Amino acid sequence: MSDKNKSVMANVFSNGLNWVDERFPLTSNVKAHLTEYYTPKNFNFWYFFGSLSLLVLVLQILTGIFLTMHYKPDAELAFGSVEYIMRDVPWGWLIRYMHSTGASMFFVVVYMHMFRGIIYGSYRTPRELIWLFGVGIFLCLMGEAFFGYLLPWGQMSYWGAQVIVNLFSAIPFIGPDVSEWLRGDYLVSDATLNRFFAFHVIALPFVLVGLVAAHIIALHEVGSNNPDGIEIKKLKDKVTGIPLDGIPFHPYYTVKDIVGAVVFLMVFSTVIFFAPEMGGYFLEANNFVPANPLVTPAHIAPVWYFTPYYSILRAVPPFPGVGFLGIPPSLFPGVAAMGLSVMVFALLPWLDKSPVKSIRYRGTLYKKWLAAFVVSFVVLGYLGTEPANVWGQFGAWLGNADRATVVARAFTVVYFAFFILMPWYTKKDKTLPVPERVTG
Amino acid sequence: MNNIIKKTLLVLALSTSFILPQMANANEGAHLDKAPVDASNHESLQRGARTFVNNCLNCHSANYMRYNRLLDIGLTEKQIKDNLMFAGEKIGDPMKVAMSKADGKKWFGVAPPDLSVEVRARGADWVYSYLRGFYRDETSATGWGNCVFDPVSCKVSMPHVLYELQGEQAINHETHELTLTKPGKLSAAEYDALVGDLTNFLAYMAEPAKQQRNNMGWFVLLFLGLLLVLTYKLKKAYWKDIH
Repeated sequence: MSDKNKSVMANVFSNGLNWVDERFPLTSNVKAHLTEYYTPKNFNFWYFFGSLSLLVLVLQILTGIFLTMHYKPDAELAFGSVEYIMRDVPWGWLIRYMHSTGASMFFVVVYMHMFRGIIYGSYRTPRELIWLFGVGIFLCLMGEAFFGYLLPWGQMSYWGAQVIVNLFSAIPFIGPDVSEWLRGDYLVSDATLNRFFAFHVIALPFVLVGLVAAHIIALHEVGSNNPDGIEIKKLKDKVTGIPLDGIPFHPYYTVKDIVGAVVFLMVFSTVIFFAPEMGGYFLEANNFVPANPLVTPAHIAPVWYFTPYYSILRAVPPFPGVGFLGIPPSLFPGVAAMGLSVMVFALLPWLDKSPVKSIRYRGTLYKKWLAAFVVSFVVLGYLGTEPANVWGQFGAWLGNADRATVVARAFTVVYFAFFILMPWYTKKDKTLPVPERVTG
Repeated sequence: MNNIIKKTLLVLALSTSFILPQMANANEGAHLDKAPVDASNHESLQRGARTFVNNCLNCHSANYMRYNRLLDIGLTEKQIKDNLMFAGEKIGDPMKVAMSKADGKKWFGVAPPDLSVEVRARGADWVYSYLRGFYRDETSATGWGNCVFDPVSCKVSMPHVLYELQGEQAINHETHELTLTKPGKLSAAEYDALVGDLTNFLAYMAEPAKQQRNNMGWFVLLFLGLLLVLTYKLKKAYWKDIH
């Protein structure tokens, strides 16, 4: 190409861009969100999971669209249509495994992303709203997972939905009506499948994408936190006004996040191509049996990402009722505890009273509490996948109680104590001095 | 910090060491033998398909499996039509049965389940052990019991369809050990091989794309591995001036 041709091309491009910019803020948005969005230069491993969550969201939406083309939301046809996708639709098995593995991987990356927020204090002022939008995304995601899990119409789909919807009937006064309203029937049925399909493919994805947009807009308004938990906007270049520790998101973090995305895709592909069931944790064996309302499986367990909260539900003892006042026994305390165990994350910005944000400058007291929380989350998660008698029973001295239930109760207390006692131990903790500039 | 991470890992390790032996216990039902599953062994799959079509596909359907899918395991359309299709189906039809669910329920107490994805629900080892686990039980309706199916009651609705081949076994009710009391047409080793092929076929049928999936996985990982090298170098090049 001659120089003359080149300059003609450049002219066409810049004229075209001007034409668009006069009608739509393209260049200014690209600058605000990419090329002139200044990001701390010290992001580490934990900072990959935000962009990875976005990647999985896009993958779930794309694979979901293709699955919807072949799936039949009908109690008679649903199970068979999934097998049709697995066998007769060209590359259907790949699309389906991407979607089913994507569901679990979504929770993997989101849990890592949330943990990052916790250890570096990303929820603290001025990022409370980012955190609240994030909690909203997390709730939405749980809804997506729950509604989506009914769609293959296997035994676990069916009975899992039955158990979870029944939980709502434990709410005092309005409970039974609420659960019937959710189901659209007296038990999980074709009507339930149809409405869960509607929630899964249109209602919640809309809310989810909206919340993700709000999450990112809020982030770009205040700027990213970093592993040191200090504000890079405090120290700016006197001439350019650019934060001294800031680098443009594009190209620096776009090229870095692409590396993260490739590593993630390698893990993702390993699961898809070699272990899509992940030993029953991503796809449960019982879900290859078509839903049967007349046969209750011996052991109903939710998918792994719900099990910490499910453990808490089972661990909290029911309300025994007050006979002489006519108040019946109720399972509501467990249901309420489970709800709280998820919602409580929203309170973090106001529970943390530490003068520092990042774990790097916190004292040992906080670190011990965080470690205790991580252990309780993992142990509760494991126990939620097993029946309550998995560890056998204590002797008569403890009323022959299930060992696992007693352990789950202890860790439920630790789980909530991490949050409830946070104002106290973050204030009492001996923190280290925070540097002016970001460290490595 | 490191100290706390170490302690956390120690606590997790202790809880798992408590957990792992228990997990083995949790799966304790019947003892299961390892099934000889090998999706690349086409001869075994073909023998299994023959056994399946001749013995199982009268009561049990495989509604999600089409006859022409058997081209996958090295058969030709003519071989499939001549040897495996008996009732005038078309080659693209799924493996259906004439027996209705209602009749099945009337005759056996429970409708024989569709076997398309049975191995994914039960596991190949279970199927392999189950089909070798029938014994004479005069007290049951069909005359057969099976402790793999239900380790507590040893009751089973399905009669021992392959008994002519295996012969009859008796059970020691204390140890659940089986002994052959009346030999069948096949020796014990031949019968195990037949059930092994059948299980292999059922495992293949539960996910026909599995072989393709595994093969493709290596190419995908190879591609991503190369992409990783390139993207990592790109990142290094861009970041060389950031300190």
